Amino acid sequence: MDATTHTNGSYLSKTGGKGGIRSWIFSTDHKRIGLLYFASLAVFFSVGVVFGLLMRLELIAPGPTITDAQTYNSFFTVHGVIMIFLFVVPGLPAIFGNFFLPLMIGAKDVAFPRLNLLSWWLYLAGGLIALASVVMPGGAADTGWTFYIPYSVRSNTNVIPALIAAFILGFSSILTGVNFITTVHRMRAPGQTFFKMPLFVWALYSTGWIQLLATPIIGITLVMVGVERLLSVGIFDPSLGGDPVLYQHLFWIYSHPAVYIMILPAMGVISEVIPVFARRTIFGYNFIAYSSLAIAIFGSLVWAHHMFTAGMSGVAAIAFSAFTFLVAIPSAVKVFNWVATLYKGSITLEPPMLFALGFIFHFLIGGFTGLVQGALSVNLHIHDTYFIVGHFHYVMFGGMGFGFLAATHFWFPKMFGKMYNHKRAAVGFWTLVVGFNTLYFPMFVMGWLGMPRRYYDYLPEFHTYHFISTVGSWIVALALLIILVNLILGLAKGERVREKNPWGGETLEWRADTPPIHENWEEIPVVTGGPYDYKRNDENESTT
Amino acid sequence: MFEEMTYPESVNNAFLFIASIAAVIIVGVTAVMIYFVVKYHRSRNKKAVNIPKHYGLEIFWTVAPVFLAAAMFWYGYVGYADITDPPDDAMRVTVYGQMWKWTFEYENGLRKDTLYVPLNRAVALDLKSLDVNHSFYIPTFRFKMDVLPNKDNETWFKAEDVGEFDIACAEYCGLEHSYMYSKVVVMPEAAYKAWFEEETAKMNASDTTASDTTASDTTAVEKGASVE
Repeated sequence: MDATTHTNGSYLSKTGGKGGIRSWIFSTDHKRIGLLYFASLAVFFSVGVVFGLLMRLELIAPGPTITDAQTYNSFFTVHGVIMIFLFVVPGLPAIFGNFFLPLMIGAKDVAFPRLNLLSWWLYLAGGLIALASVVMPGGAADTGWTFYIPYSVRSNTNVIPALIAAFILGFSSILTGVNFITTVHRMRAPGQTFFKMPLFVWALYSTGWIQLLATPIIGITLVMVGVERLLSVGIFDPSLGGDPVLYQHLFWIYSHPAVYIMILPAMGVISEVIPVFARRTIFGYNFIAYSSLAIAIFGSLVWAHHMFTAGMSGVAAIAFSAFTFLVAIPSAVKVFNWVATLYKGSITLEPPMLFALGFIFHFLIGGFTGLVQGALSVNLHIHDTYFIVGHFHYVMFGGMGFGFLAATHFWFPKMFGKMYNHKRAAVGFWTLVVGFNTLYFPMFVMGWLGMPRRYYDYLPEFHTYHFISTVGSWIVALALLIILVNLILGLAKGERVREKNPWGGETLEWRADTPPIHENWEEIPVVTGGPYDYKRNDENESTT
Repeated sequence: MFEEMTYPESVNNAFLFIASIAAVIIVGVTAVMIYFVVKYHRSRNKKAVNIPKHYGLEIFWTVAPVFLAAAMFWYGYVGYADITDPPDDAMRVTVYGQMWKWTFEYENGLRKDTLYVPLNRAVALDLKSLDVNHSFYIPTFRFKMDVLPNKDNETWFKAEDVGEFDIACAEYCGLEHSYMYSKVVVMPEAAYKAWFEEETAKMNASDTTASDTTASDTTAVEKGASVE
């Protein structure tokens, strides 16, 4: 990292009087904290990938293949806990939100820098406890990441450490949300009204409210599960007079909105990338901004669509199904506006743009397969099958994952003052598209044919699909490796970038130095226009 | 329009309806995207044109999906309304789920680990769990319903074809979750009657000799838990 200290005053060389690693882990600079998150997320993500690969390997053929049922059950639990709580939920806000939110609104830092550092420490603590629960005596939790009661009360595995980890990670997420909401309200540059903010900021702002309002519910719910296990109180456990369906409601009241915590910031990234590489103003700015809020609000009213088979009243089922279809509309509005932004643009397919377009394609599939499941009668058939596993991987990986990679390739030169190899990035992208669809598309077919999820073993009729899917997992692993190696090579010996605006973006972060200086600005910028004006397009010709 | 349709057909129809609309829109939007990328690539279009908004289009693509969504919702709702309300003349079977097997108890107390049912007869299922959550799932019949320890869910089906079909557990329930399979055996009415009478007679005969498996009251449920 110190190799990149070429610009005087770059945040990368500003150690704050602390030496070595202490200049990072005790830094309250939002950019350094962003990179702390980047490094730690990368580690946890890799662990999650390994567990995913092991699961797919076990499923390559029917019957026991590489391990026993107990271990397999831990694989999918640990894979889920790590990917959800340690990667997908914090991913974009913690890394790119931390790094770029202040830059995009012309601020010197977030509103509460020390709270920001605390949230990283909580993240690290939660992550380490989660990893420790895997290797501690007692065995890794085998409940699934959903911790459904009563099984999670009866399992003899390390459920409590896993719950503690998720609880602490929840706090980390809440602190990030509070910080971003306050920062957006209080620290925008002169002239930057709400409707002159970049759309990534809008997305982070909407996400912040969900983090703040929904996460405490999962926190208290997980505490209650712990209390149930340790003190046998009888909140959820039916053998003590509790109600396991109440647990499911409380779990999903957080965990469905959490899906939007995961996807909204990725949508924000796409709204940034597309105008830059189409070299024109974004289509329907206000509609995209409002749709983020609409998703945050409607998304809080659909949780029980995870429970149509739990036996709910007809009225509740109808209401939750109807809201599920409604929440799709603001997402659709975003997609249409992104595609319309390509119209009459001047488009280049640089790596960030490739990943953004990949996001749109996979998110379309992920979104529509969600609607398939929102239909009540169809849900009774495909709920808890591989159909839903396919669906949420298209949204989480195809959506958030591609959004994450778009963000990484987009902001990489600004963050590090280095450029990666574009050709290799494109190879990585196309390999990932092929691998991703080979891995997850067969799951839709299997699910429709009746393959339940969380199965260690399966009927022979599903063998072909599982085999294809496992081969896909290897291609995905190869693609991730290509992408990772390319970025590391870029960091180590990539071409130096000194210009402030290598891509031709118009949002404020492209007016900061590359890499940005400590506290971002010599002089706080003043905002006069919208974030994607591209005024030069209008110089010679009149527009509609 | 669903009147003459069997339940699985109505699910298939709702699925096909939504999946077709989805396929058209996914392919359509992707095609437009690729077309724009090719047509407006910088090598062909040096200078972009700013079009900040178009209210007509925004209203169109906000309102049109509302109608599509309403239609999708309706297709899903119609089938669902059917399955939540068993007909009064349905024969009743109590289903016990436990780690990791299914037990089926008929109204006269006959207990089996395979579900035998007559053709074309509504079968209402009372779902009870003896331990953790399970989910009773017959993929061929296109439905599942959770089997909970503290709340008796109800569902029903009418088999329209003779044959054997898989029953799976669809709610994760621990170590041998993936082996919690059973079968539903659909028999012609007469064959079913003969089978049922024979099995009932066998049960009654064994009752007189070994009186440990009696009655279908709640204590039998507890015993059912230990019947292997």
